[in-house]
Amino acid sequence: MKLRQISIFLENRAGRSAEIIGILGRAGVNIRAIALADTADFGIIRLIVDKTDKALEALKNEGITVKETQVIAVEIPDRPGALAAILNILGKAGINVEYLYGFLDRVEDKAIIVFRFEDIDQALRILTKEGYQVLNGSRVHDM
Amino acid sequence: MIWNKEMECLPREERRALQLYRLRRTLRRVYETIPAYRRRFDETGVTPDDLHHLEDLQKFPFTSKNDLRDNYPFGLFGSPLKDVVRIHSSSGTTGKPVVVGYTREDVDIWAESVARAIFCSGGGPDDIIQVAYGYGLFTGGLGLHYGGEKVGATVVPISGGNTKRQVMLFEDFGVTILACTPSYALCIAEMMEEMKVDHSKLKLGAAILGAEPWSNSMRNEIEQRMGVKAYDIYGLSEIIGPGVGCECECQDGLHICDDHFIPEIVDPDTGEVLPEGEKGELVFTCVTKQAFPTIRFRTHDISRLTSEPCRCGRTTMRMERISGRTDDMLIIRGVNVFPSQIESVLMQIEETEPYYLIVVDKRGTLDELEIRVEVREQIFSDEVRKLEELQRKIRREIESVLGISAVIRLVEPKTIERSIGKATRVVDRRTLENGPETGGKAS
Ligand SMILES: [Zn+2]
Repeated sequence: MKLRQISIFLENRAGRSAEIIGILGRAGVNIRAIALADTADFGIIRLIVDKTDKALEALKNEGITVKETQVIAVEIPDRPGALAAILNILGKAGINVEYLYGFLDRVEDKAIIVFRFEDIDQALRILTKEGYQVLNGSRVHDM
Repeated sequence: MIWNKEMECLPREERRALQLYRLRRTLRRVYETIPAYRRRFDETGVTPDDLHHLEDLQKFPFTSKNDLRDNYPFGLFGSPLKDVVRIHSSSGTTGKPVVVGYTREDVDIWAESVARAIFCSGGGPDDIIQVAYGYGLFTGGLGLHYGGEKVGATVVPISGGNTKRQVMLFEDFGVTILACTPSYALCIAEMMEEMKVDHSKLKLGAAILGAEPWSNSMRNEIEQRMGVKAYDIYGLSEIIGPGVGCECECQDGLHICDDHFIPEIVDPDTGEVLPEGEKGELVFTCVTKQAFPTIRFRTHDISRLTSEPCRCGRTTMRMERISGRTDDMLIIRGVNVFPSQIESVLMQIEETEPYYLIVVDKRGTLDELEIRVEVREQIFSDEVRKLEELQRKIRREIESVLGISAVIRLVEPKTIERSIGKATRVVDRRTLENGPETGGKAS
């Protein structure tokens, strides 16, 4: 149920994210989902890829600071209000969302939201109970 | 235990009388036998007869590292080579190296100084001392070696490197004292963890560390990770090598062998002698050595002195652990800043040796201090909020230690340039762009 996400520290300068994505391309790693969080000075790239170990190795070889974190991906209908609904449920249950980002599933015509929770197991319990489809790791990594 | 109770606990007035006697004899000797010293004394307009009190030492000219280089290799030797039994040399990062010589008596004075240091660190004849300082032209290895033999300890002359073997000998020989540089001690501590060697099962109890400046937080880290008490030993080849001073069990300043080496603290800019207790540049004069009797040598090390007797019973002058180098000192908005202070803050926060770069620049008329900190895995959090918290925490701590604010920039690893093995820590753009007059140093 949990996905392996790669987080990368980078300085906020022109072309840096392209360089990092280039490293992954050369290593033959495909990116499934990507999100960038940044401030004036620095940024964090978060990635879900098909070959996580290969990606980690390629990045570390280049001396880049990386961290592996666990996230979960939830399928929601691709229509207005769907994200608000799930956030509402989590809020009521007192589940703290550290961050989230989304992408679209081209085949199933659904939206997929990647969540990072403080308490991932508790979040999983609530979401399953509420009938949400939490995607299993291999499905997203191999999408 | 005190190695030489008579000399180390000599009452203050007797100590000063002995120093004056030995100083007068040394000044006469260098004036008569070393032309370079005679020339400097004549230029300054002093002769050894101008020394009436110890305080008159300040009338005599300084000796700088450049003076030593200019007289390469043997120009400042006070004994003919037939009486010199040993040569050491410090590696010169710029220009010619400095060469120093020892007569048989000098080697003995050196061993005596290190013997005092070993006793200061709680060592003695029952100890097994592993000397992991480099052996060779560098004074570290042989200095500790001879001192160890002098106290009757068992000396293991392993020298630096081969870290696995260092740990293996701790276990196999039951080594009780390690002597090396503080950074190498950390390296050995890391290896112990890697090899899963539990320090509580070792006999290792003390580490005598020196030859590079280190902070109190680094001491704490070494003490915890190795399960030892870490003692700071000070020395430099231009004076004799390690053993000029060493901490005792009180870890409250280093006891200087001031019956052999007279310390002074001077203002690094004006050269004026500062009153006891004030911070400034350490200057040493050798008063017993034959082959290389350095007069008023400017160490560039920043410290302060106290003549207060120590709780351990020794009455020697004590020096505070080196807090920086005059050549590293930055004056930012009128405040003296040493990179070592910044290093020690970062070390406490990161709990490991930090990689950082200090950039000083001028914004308008104001100096601006920027500290670039490499974000390595151990401090990287994948949440922006936590990284910003870290940034704020570093800024707060730096401000409370230095008394001035700094801009903290988090940068990627390896973006900070490293020269051979050692990171370049400071870039002062004020001097690069605005000429020397705004460089913060009066000349
Ligand atoms: Zn003491």
